[in-house]
Amino acid sequence: MTTTTDEWPLWEVFIRGQHGMSHRHVGSLHAADAEHAIKNARDVYTRRNEGTSIWVVEASAITASSPSEKGPLFEPAQDKVYRHPTFYDLPDDAGNM
Amino acid sequence: MYAQSIRSTGKAVQSLEDMSAEDRQFQERINRGEKIEPKDYMPAAYRENLIRQIGQHAHSEIVGQLPEGNWISRAPTLERKANLLAKVQDEAGHGLYLYCAAETLGVSRDDLFGMLHTGKMKYSSIFNYPTLTWADMGAVGWLVDGAAIMNQVPLQNTSYGPYARAMVRICKEESFHQRQGFHIMIAMAKNGNDEQHRMAQDALNRFWYPSLMMFGPSDKDSVHSAQSMAWKIKMNTNDELRQKFVDATVPQAEFLGLSIPDDHLNWNEKTNQYNYSEPDWNEFNDVLAGNGPCNTERLDARKKAWSDGAWVREGMMAHAAKKAERKAERQAV
Repeated sequence: MTTTTDEWPLWEVFIRGQHGMSHRHVGSLHAADAEHAIKNARDVYTRRNEGTSIWVVEASAITASSPSEKGPLFEPAQDKVYRHPTFYDLPDDAGNM
Repeated sequence: MYAQSIRSTGKAVQSLEDMSAEDRQFQERINRGEKIEPKDYMPAAYRENLIRQIGQHAHSEIVGQLPEGNWISRAPTLERKANLLAKVQDEAGHGLYLYCAAETLGVSRDDLFGMLHTGKMKYSSIFNYPTLTWADMGAVGWLVDGAAIMNQVPLQNTSYGPYARAMVRICKEESFHQRQGFHIMIAMAKNGNDEQHRMAQDALNRFWYPSLMMFGPSDKDSVHSAQSMAWKIKMNTNDELRQKFVDATVPQAEFLGLSIPDDHLNWNEKTNQYNYSEPDWNEFNDVLAGNGPCNTERLDARKKAWSDGAWVREGMMAHAAKKAERKAERQAV
């Protein structure tokens, strides 16, 4: 497939849904620059009161981990159950902890 | 259903044993219900099929704005106008979510538009029918969006992550569309005068069979289903969904006091579903081939919008470049 170069760049959109929550990725859109991307994101992704704040990041600026690295990156965490509180069995008479 | 004109490869589905190691792993991931993400391995045919399917779905949303856009300026009340405007704006958003999902597969937005404009990619046959009266706004929301929901709800579980996520958003927004249509039908068919009731019946008469066609050809003529279903980019067969739609819609028509334009429609006690007449498949093929009542008008409207918008697209880029330049100058001082 050919990709034309005069397209508006692609932006990834992150919305904070409520005060106190983190921004979450909601989708992408094309826009000429960051200011334009915020305006478009407001029109497309917050029409039903979904947001209190918007971040936009140009998609080309994002570095992602590669699927082939999945094993080395995430497998080491699988056998470390002692990082979870449920690993530690405490007697009932020790009370709530 | 938005893939109603996707051509079959004619090949049977490969068995796991016959696949390459990579393809087998891929199919096993799908069988386990895992989502495929843009950077993951996928067979070329899976990618191509998805681009076509998502692209046609996106085009359908965008072209689908036209029959309803036709009535925004002539809505009977300010409230109805605001409702319809919101719905048509949603369709633009749905098109955008879907185009973005297709773009994650390596096709550009401009390419997708190009393929629509040259007729290489299709959109749903339903949007090639005209909207002649205000009652059509009711029928379109009730029937066309109703049929779309039948198709889109299961697609929330499709194997391709970006497509599934777009479907979740779309389904959340879509149910308002069907309800606003049914609301119009209630006002005209149930609470309206004789003339309004007649208009509502006329709209149902004209949109019933085109709505049934939305689900695509009958299963006996739809040979490409098996591979798409193995890949979980199609979740139900065409006839399954069509039957579900008929079973859900007939009681709604009864509630409205309208009659479905089908003399053979009756309740089947044995199967617990309605027997109904199939639409005219010759007409369906004819509309897909470009000979429907509005094909030329719809495509011309899209092409005009694209060429009329060229100066805006270029102007926005030029403006952005200028702003960036000025900012750089200020920082250099």
